Amino acid sequence: MKQWLNQHQQALKQVLVKMRHQLLATFMMCCVMGVTLCLPSMLYVIVDNLNRLAGNVKSEPQITLFLKLESDSTTADKIREQLSENNMVDHYQFADKAMAWQKLQESEGTKLATLELDKNPLPDAFFVFPKSVAPEAIAQLQSELQTWDGVELAQVDANWIKRFDAILQLAKQAILVLVGLLGFALLAIIGNTIRLQIMTQREEIEVSQLIGATNGFIRRPFLYAGALYGLGGGIAAYSMLTGVVYMFNQSIAKIANLYASDFTLSLPQPILIVGLIAAAICLSWIAAYFAVSRSLAQLSSLQ
Amino acid sequence: MIKFDQVSKRYPGSFDALKNISFEINQGDIVFVTGHSGAGKSTLLKLIAGIERPTSGTVLIGNQNISQLRNSALPFLRRKFGLVFQDHKLLYDRNCYENVALPLYINGITGSEAGKRIRAALDKVGLLNKEKAMPITLSGGEQQRLAIARAVVSRPSILIADEPTGNLDEGYAQDIMQLFFAFQQVGVTLVMATHQVPNNFLASAGLLSDNSTISKTLNLHQGMLVL
Repeated sequence: MKQWLNQHQQALKQVLVKMRHQLLATFMMCCVMGVTLCLPSMLYVIVDNLNRLAGNVKSEPQITLFLKLESDSTTADKIREQLSENNMVDHYQFADKAMAWQKLQESEGTKLATLELDKNPLPDAFFVFPKSVAPEAIAQLQSELQTWDGVELAQVDANWIKRFDAILQLAKQAILVLVGLLGFALLAIIGNTIRLQIMTQREEIEVSQLIGATNGFIRRPFLYAGALYGLGGGIAAYSMLTGVVYMFNQSIAKIANLYASDFTLSLPQPILIVGLIAAAICLSWIAAYFAVSRSLAQLSSLQ
Repeated sequence: MIKFDQVSKRYPGSFDALKNISFEINQGDIVFVTGHSGAGKSTLLKLIAGIERPTSGTVLIGNQNISQLRNSALPFLRRKFGLVFQDHKLLYDRNCYENVALPLYINGITGSEAGKRIRAALDKVGLLNKEKAMPITLSGGEQQRLAIARAVVSRPSILIADEPTGNLDEGYAQDIMQLFFAFQQVGVTLVMATHQVPNNFLASAGLLSDNSTISKTLNLHQGMLVL
């Protein structure tokens, strides 16, 4: 056990000494990995924050209820009564057609258009705010309202939210694809770096094998190197992400201020950051393992 | 402790490097493997040290049959030997101390225990004052002594040397032979490949091959033993 610990300590120490000797190269390596990891993380931050922003907006979905043109005030009263009794409805507003017509005539933008019409083309309307914001509940309420007497059309004003959701879903898929591709790139980068290191230490490996080093002994320092690169890359990615978010938040605060909002970009949850770093370590370890195994196989076939 | 029975070795796409070799080496023996270049001396040593496997025949090392050993077991077999190569095979990116430390680290020995053994080994070969020196700054003879220190630091029971004096002049060669002989005297088995048995040295040590039981010569010619 002590011997085993010793060997690990030795390998780790050896790697750290080597990295300290090549500080710049190690730093650059971590930066390359950091950028690679940072790209999908950044996209994630964007999508995550858009999702949050959309969540704020779509909390108030509404159904617009257009009554039939020929309907009179008794129909409207009946519907008002029905809406008050319906337990799926939170509250509602009534828009009288005469008042709406008057507004339209007074409004600068639509004044000319209304002059061409000889009678009021607008129907009475209710703006219905449902209790539940779940899309299924809204759809159910909509179809129920549609069947009521005197209702011409029950229209959900949430279509844009659905579309927006679909686009966010697409973006999430794009993140997954990007993560896959860049993960593969990471494997290649680490694998290649470790392979180059093995080539420079080839003599040492050969001598070690001759005097009885197991494959595990030879592999160990490279695995530690891979894992440390992963750790460095993960931390670099996190630093870059924090920096970018901080930078953007300064300008976003200005824009949000104009919209009287206190919206700021937020970083992913800590668990995701830890996951990012852990994933980087695992990927690098795996890449190092394969690189050393391949080189060992090549070396032993030469012997 | 080492037994060869009808051993042949053929490298892929090549002639037989060794043909039908049979011999036995006992604990404490001093064995010279002689022959001209290409006679198979190095191949024979590689077979003994578990670096190569025989194409046919059996190689027994301490009752272990090399042919039947798994690849993963070979490193542990190799640790029983101390190897000295003609070209030293030192690592030039680290100092003397760290070169000698390598076999111990492979065995998982570090810290003060390793330090004691490394200094003892360096002391034996007379390089204790050079532990911080880089191998490239040492003379040929000193480099070979450093290689010997690395070979003996893990206290192997068998020392295998492939033409250890091949690149050295007479004076250094005498030095190195004396060192090996000192280890043989404390019970280490010594197997050495050499162009020529250093008769004058053996005579002075009272170990001439024809009047000593512990000294024997394996003379190879084109892969076969010649008596």
